Amino acid sequence: MSIDISQFLNVFYEESFEGLAVMEQGLLGLDPDAVDGEAINAIFRAAHSIKGGAGTFGLNEVSEFTHTMETLLDEIRDGARGVTTSSINVLLRATDCIQHLLKASQEGSDVDQATIETVSSELEQLLSSEDETDSDKVSVDPHGDSLDQTLQIDSESMRVWSISFKPAPYLFTTGNDPVRLFSELADMGDVDIVTHTSRLPDFNDLDPEQCYLDWSLTLRASVEKSAIEEVFEWVEGDCELSIELSQDTALEKTMVTDETASEPESAPAENGPSPIKDTQTRAPQQKTTQAKAQKKANVAENSSIRVGIDKVDHLINLVGELVITQSMLGQLGEVFEINALEQLKDGLAQFERNTRELQESVMRIRMIPISFAFNRFPRLVHDVSAKLGKKVDLQVSGEETEVDKTVIEKIIDPLVHLVRNAVDHGIEAPNARLASGKPEAGTVTLSAAHRGGNIVIEITDDGAGLKREKILGKAFEKQIITEDDGERMTDDDVYNLIFHPGFSTADTISDVSGRGVGMDVVRSNIRELGGTVEINSTEGQGSTILVRLPLTLAILDGQTVAIGEETYIVPLASIIESIQIKPSQINMVAGKGETFKLRDSFIPIVRLHDIFDIKNSIQELSEGLLVIVEDSNGPKGIFVDRLLGQQQVVIKSLDANYKKIPGFSGATILGDGSVALIIDIPEMLRLATQSGPAITYPLTA
Amino acid sequence: MDEVNIQHEQPGDNEQQYMTFLLAGEIYGVDILRVREIRGWERATRVPNAPVYMKGVINLRGLIVPVFDLRERFQLDAENHHDAVVIILRVQSAEGEQEMGVIADAVSEVLKTDSSMLRAPEFGGRVDTRFMEGLVPSGERMVMLLNVDKLLGGSVEHSADGMAVA
Repeated sequence: MSIDISQFLNVFYEESFEGLAVMEQGLLGLDPDAVDGEAINAIFRAAHSIKGGAGTFGLNEVSEFTHTMETLLDEIRDGARGVTTSSINVLLRATDCIQHLLKASQEGSDVDQATIETVSSELEQLLSSEDETDSDKVSVDPHGDSLDQTLQIDSESMRVWSISFKPAPYLFTTGNDPVRLFSELADMGDVDIVTHTSRLPDFNDLDPEQCYLDWSLTLRASVEKSAIEEVFEWVEGDCELSIELSQDTALEKTMVTDETASEPESAPAENGPSPIKDTQTRAPQQKTTQAKAQKKANVAENSSIRVGIDKVDHLINLVGELVITQSMLGQLGEVFEINALEQLKDGLAQFERNTRELQESVMRIRMIPISFAFNRFPRLVHDVSAKLGKKVDLQVSGEETEVDKTVIEKIIDPLVHLVRNAVDHGIEAPNARLASGKPEAGTVTLSAAHRGGNIVIEITDDGAGLKREKILGKAFEKQIITEDDGERMTDDDVYNLIFHPGFSTADTISDVSGRGVGMDVVRSNIRELGGTVEINSTEGQGSTILVRLPLTLAILDGQTVAIGEETYIVPLASIIESIQIKPSQINMVAGKGETFKLRDSFIPIVRLHDIFDIKNSIQELSEGLLVIVEDSNGPKGIFVDRLLGQQQVVIKSLDANYKKIPGFSGATILGDGSVALIIDIPEMLRLATQSGPAITYPLTA
Repeated sequence: MDEVNIQHEQPGDNEQQYMTFLLAGEIYGVDILRVREIRGWERATRVPNAPVYMKGVINLRGLIVPVFDLRERFQLDAENHHDAVVIILRVQSAEGEQEMGVIADAVSEVLKTDSSMLRAPEFGGRVDTRFMEGLVPSGERMVMLLNVDKLLGGSVEHSADGMAVA
């Protein structure tokens, strides 16, 4: 009879991470001066469902920890406790701890007990402390609650409810367990339970799958009838239930302690009834609305993906059309007459359109909104600015822009770096800002938009901007450029120096950023994704960093090039230009290395036919074409026979059936069904410079 | 219950089926369960800097599949592949299950054999037997049974260098 619940565990993790995101967002949005009741409710609901789920899956650590947090949230929600900046911070750290605990249990990794205990004791300290000064205290307006819980609950007045619960014998078959119901009641307040065994038959007649017991309960709690009814919501109709207010006497509010003993697991077994004691006050639980709060958040890093039903419907429609086209073509093929040729052509055109739409639609399934990446930034900016004593306002736009999941996962780290930099280096300290006539709080804007086949992410700050002289000074000092170079460089060129390895202009190396290993890693990560990064800045007014990324890693814009009889794909993103050169432009270095002069610089030539050992290719440089590409060591000219055309190619992996081939990022299938290899330009250039054309494999047997 | 039935259906406990193919006048065999499909030879896209017997990659219904020339692998006389066939095999390698093609002159037949008939390949050290599972007689001829995983999976490249030197 027992169900293997482990199969739901992943769903639980996923939902919990979503819940944590909701909590974090909610907490960051909390303003101590004007607490939004609905926000508190959302946080509370998320915490509650994590606790419930953790209990069900036996993750006691998680449920106990969340329980303490929930108690605190509950008091805030009831207005019994105000919201302070410090309590928000503790709660934020607590969400981190829950995430840590969940991750630890998901990955089977070790738990950092010290941190958990610190935060846990902070929470308990907060709980046991009296409410803080009046100026900090803000009562929550429960009217902000979208639910029907409009009655203000006076936490000082306890009510005594007497409940009689007589379940139908088949209660267990509906999956309900009275113990769970009772422990939920016990979460609300003091419960005394009396079990009536009058219905219990002789042992011989006893069917262990039937429920013969009924109960009368006395609940002392400051809750409404509706809250109690909600607990019994799932068994409604399967039981005889009466809930009556037996005394309306106000009871003294029970002191809240850190007791967490009455988790569902520790509740007594059903046939050994003993009163469940709990000294905490608890308000209603709104299971039905949890889904709403979760919808806002995005899927945490996980191998699964949530797809909107509209996308799936669209896909089904397309497949339907494809089937229709296929049957049309099938009929045409059965009795084909030459005068049906026109029809056949139409059918094939339709077939092609269906296929292309289907492909696009399937690609779209992998696309998730970039809010997945953006969601973490309010927290990051909050933490970083607090640490630096700056006031920063983060504005986010275009979160709904959709990008391939893989791209999002890989862009998060570079973005974190850029945003952190904007807060740390960009935004000035509050008094410096006031001195220069700017508002005290700086603004960092994070936006995303689709432009052409790319997604463009902009990180703008209204801070100090980049200082040309400072960057140049640093670059001379680090011997990245010579002073001569510096004078000739445009502002943009100078700004781009910050992407050079080992460059950091922060006056003091702070805890937050400025370790000098930042921007070059950012740029190389973005390049790996086939994207580019640009920086624009005006001194005194701020900087803008533009990150341009392909929408998907599964498709790229490629330039087909021919070398001898072979065809290769060069990603269009890595090509700067393609030129034909005259013999007079070619220079030999030490009799071997060829370079050519392009405008003011000498560019090394890389002969692809040598590196790839291609026969029958053009040898004379002036007869072929040079494709100018750039890697971290500057531009290079790749020598090919000719360019064939540009097309979008679907990237296929080589290592699925073979292994990774050095110098290639994958392969694709061309229109004629043949395979073409996609050149990984940075890697190919590395191969070319490191080992030269020396081939490591024997060429002849 | 099920197990009993299955055992009855099996003709012999040790019987195995091999698909045999011709290569430079010799007969080779591979475990038939490893054969995914047989297709005609078509030009493969050469992969730069790959071992010489790696003829390139082909498009197998959207999958990129490498193709190996067994003649060159076994250092038999190389020949053009106009009439050749490509046998797509399932290979267990360090990367998991992969699909790879081998070029043969022609596919021959399905050979049923008992594992007790298998002989260890002994050629006095002059022949590379690393990829051989054993020899079985088929009529007048001997069939060399190949171990697909050793031949194509895992240490393909290392053994290749060894062979090229040998």
